This record gives sequence, structure tokens and C-alpha cells, in this order.
Amino acid sequence: MSNTRLIARLDVKGSNLIKGIHLEGLRVIGQPNDFAKRYYEQGADELIYIDIVASLYGRNSLSHIVESAAQEVFIPMTVGGGIRSVDDVTQMLRCGADKVAVNTAAIANPGLITDIARRFGSQCMVLSIEAKRVGQEQWQAFTDNGREYTGLDVIEWAKRGVALGAGEILLTSVDMEGTRKGFDNALVRAVAAEVSVPVIASGGMGTADHAVQVIKDGHADAVAMADILHYGRASISDIRTAARAAGVKVRNFEHG
Amino acid sequence: MAKVIIIDYGVGNLLSVRRAFEQVGAVVAISSDPATILAASHVVLPGVGAFADGMSALRRRGLDKVVLEVAAAGMPLLGICLGMQMLADTSDEFGANAGLALIPGRVESIPTTAVSGEPHKVPYIGWGEIHPTPTSRWDGSPLNGTKPGTAVYLVHSYRLIPRDPAHQLAAYDYDGHAITAAVGRDNVFGCQFHPEKSGRAGLRMLAEFLSIKGSSAGH
Repeated sequence: MSNTRLIARLDVKGSNLIKGIHLEGLRVIGQPNDFAKRYYEQGADELIYIDIVASLYGRNSLSHIVESAAQEVFIPMTVGGGIRSVDDVTQMLRCGADKVAVNTAAIANPGLITDIARRFGSQCMVLSIEAKRVGQEQWQAFTDNGREYTGLDVIEWAKRGVALGAGEILLTSVDMEGTRKGFDNALVRAVAAEVSVPVIASGGMGTADHAVQVIKDGHADAVAMADILHYGRASISDIRTAARAAGVKVRNFEHG
Repeated sequence: MAKVIIIDYGVGNLLSVRRAFEQVGAVVAISSDPATILAASHVVLPGVGAFADGMSALRRRGLDKVVLEVAAAGMPLLGICLGMQMLADTSDEFGANAGLALIPGRVESIPTTAVSGEPHKVPYIGWGEIHPTPTSRWDGSPLNGTKPGTAVYLVHSYRLIPRDPAHQLAAYDYDGHAITAAVGRDNVFGCQFHPEKSGRAGLRMLAEFLSIKGSSAGH
């Protein structure tokens, strides 16, 4: 397999970097790009920006944040939250994003996945899935940061999304998000086993060991990390070192 | 000062490439005008997407001939991602399609299994560690000064296999397969990876590319 990617995830509301629990109860942490630059310098493999209220209010405030990050961050950037159309994608790419993550609009109009993949390539189209456990080995997809029930089975939706053109899946466990209790490894494993594209595990990382577990047990291709980094409980390089010590292949950053 | 032209043929997002060259001190413009391109000190052929779409977009604008002129004039040329693959003779992606034939070789899909026979994921998305091949020389190329084992960011399903091993500057390992990461022949260079998204290591390669002087010799 390829090197597992260590991705810093920045949830944004308005102009602030925020962090919640189960995607709610938000606290302001600071200016997103102060953190973005730090993670770039620490050796993050990618950045993901999510505007967590964009679909709720029907707007997106990330353009300026991404545009300014692109001035000093030279690693791939994925942007999500409030992407509703091919034009929205064009706008985000113009600001310096490399990929977009789409959740709510893809569920409302699955054809959007195909439209984005055809126009910009599958590598640009990340299907974002917010998953809530509803039973043993069973999860359903939610939208609007875990508020809105869709009735879609996560595994079926992931497979359909890939068939429609999604090039990656950003899989967030609403149950584990913000708890620091570890990823939902079973969720990640269940999706990774069914799709041919990379799966980014998100939600629940409290320690570097949690990343190792979701890579080894969950077969995650990439790990999204948020408050473990934001609050400085570990740096990207701590996590890289811990992953390597546990036998996980990660990129050689020391030569960078 | 280096004056870089990024060829605009309507494919992909050119801003990141532009920003990265600015970061290493170049004056950069994005253009599809032949005269402007030929007046540059360094030319970049970017690109994402399918091979046939890229080639037909170049041809529609008459830019395939301009790229060949750039190469023949001895100007340093750098193809990135699809821009590198289009330097080859042909590609198997969605049927056989002719490329620019600046680097003899063909483009074919990345094997869908590891050498061990285990399935692995294609496209390859992520950071691969690049190493020189037994016959390659990195001096005089954008890789001059890069340490073997440096990781770069790649997103691709197809790979270029140069006919002459000497044209393969670097490869990365994907489960036992040596995948071409960079090619070079005289003043013509290509990288499968995205130097503009490969952190400081990538910026360094772009700075090295800018330090390559054009010649009137060409090939």
C-alpha cells in the first residue's frame, strides 16, 4: 500500500477555527491559517477545510481563508461545506483548493458527483459522509453536521458515490467526533472493504495510538486529525514518529 | 530574472503552479499565446485529467506545435502530471492516442495489483519517495540537490514508461512496481508528481528548474 496520509482537518465557522463535540457545541480556537501554516511546517500531508455551517445558512465563507492559505501552504488542500454546484467548485479551485468535499448537496443531487468528476476529474471529488451508528455494523449517513437524517445506509451510499465518480471518501463518525476516544474502526473497515478509492478516517482521535489503530484495524488510507493538533496534545511529527514505530508506512518528511 | 510561462490550454487549475513559481522568485504568466510562450525563459506544461482530452485541447489551440518549438529551441520545458505524460509518444488511456513524442515511450495504467499479487488502490494518491534509477543523473535537472528518498505528492492512474532508461530520472516504489516519477532529455523535463504541492522539497525543485539555462542547441 501507499504511505498513509496524515491530514490536518480545520473546521471553520465564519472566520474562526472551531472545534465541537459530535460536530456541535462549538468552541472558537483561533485563526485557521495560523494553524494551517503550523501544520504545513510540521509536515502535514494535506489540509482539509470544512465550513461547518455553510449548508445550514446556504453560504460559504471559506474562499478568503483558502485563498490566503494558498499563498504560503504548498500541500494539497481539500475544501468542503456548502459546495452545491460545479460553479462552486470552480470558485474553490480558483482560490487554490485542489479538491472539494461534498456531502449535503451530493445526497440531494447525486448527479453532482458525476458532474464534478467529469469536469475536474475524480481526484478532485471527495465524497464526505457523516456516519451515525444505528446498529451492529450498521451506519446511516447524515447531513448538516449530523443534524439531518437521510435514511441512507453508509456503505451503500459510499459504493454508489464511487460508482458516480467520487475519487476519495472523507468518512466522519458523528458518534466519535470530538470525543477523543478513538475512531470508529469498524465503520472505516466496513467502508474501506467495499470501495476501491481511498478512505480518510475522521472523528475521535485522542492519541497517536488511535491513528495507528484505525490504519491497522480499520484499513484507513488517510487519517484526519483536528483537536489533538489544535490543542497541541501532539504534533504531526509526534504522530508520524509514533506511526512509524508501530510499523505504519508514512511519508519521509525529514528530507523535505 | 526567470520569466516563466505556464501554458494555458483550458485544462486544470494553474494557480497553484503559478503561486509556487512566484514563491521561488520567478516572474510568472499564464498564457496560450504562441509568441508570449516562445519569449519565455522557462516553459511549464501543466495538466490534469485524461490524456486524449489534454492532447486535443493542445491541438485545438495549435499549442502542440508551440511546445515542440519550445523543445527544439532548447528552452527549459517542464511537464507536470498529465503535462509530463503528454511528452511521451503514445498513451493507452481510453484507446491509443498520440502524444508529443519528446520523450520516447508510452503511457500505460498503473498495475492494479502489487507485485505480490495482492490488489492495491489505483489511482495512487499520496506521497511517494523518489529515487534515482541506475542510469539517471540528477545534476542539470530539476532534481539536482534533492536527496534520494524525498517524498513528493502524486495523484495518478497512468504512468509513463520511457523507452530509453536513461530518460527516466526518478521512480517511486508502489508495492514492488517502480513507477516513473520524473523524466528528462536535454532541456525537456517532466514530473509525474506535483512539485507545487510537495512542500519545501517541491519548491526546491522548481527553483532548480529555474536555474537551468536554455541553449540554442536543443535536440
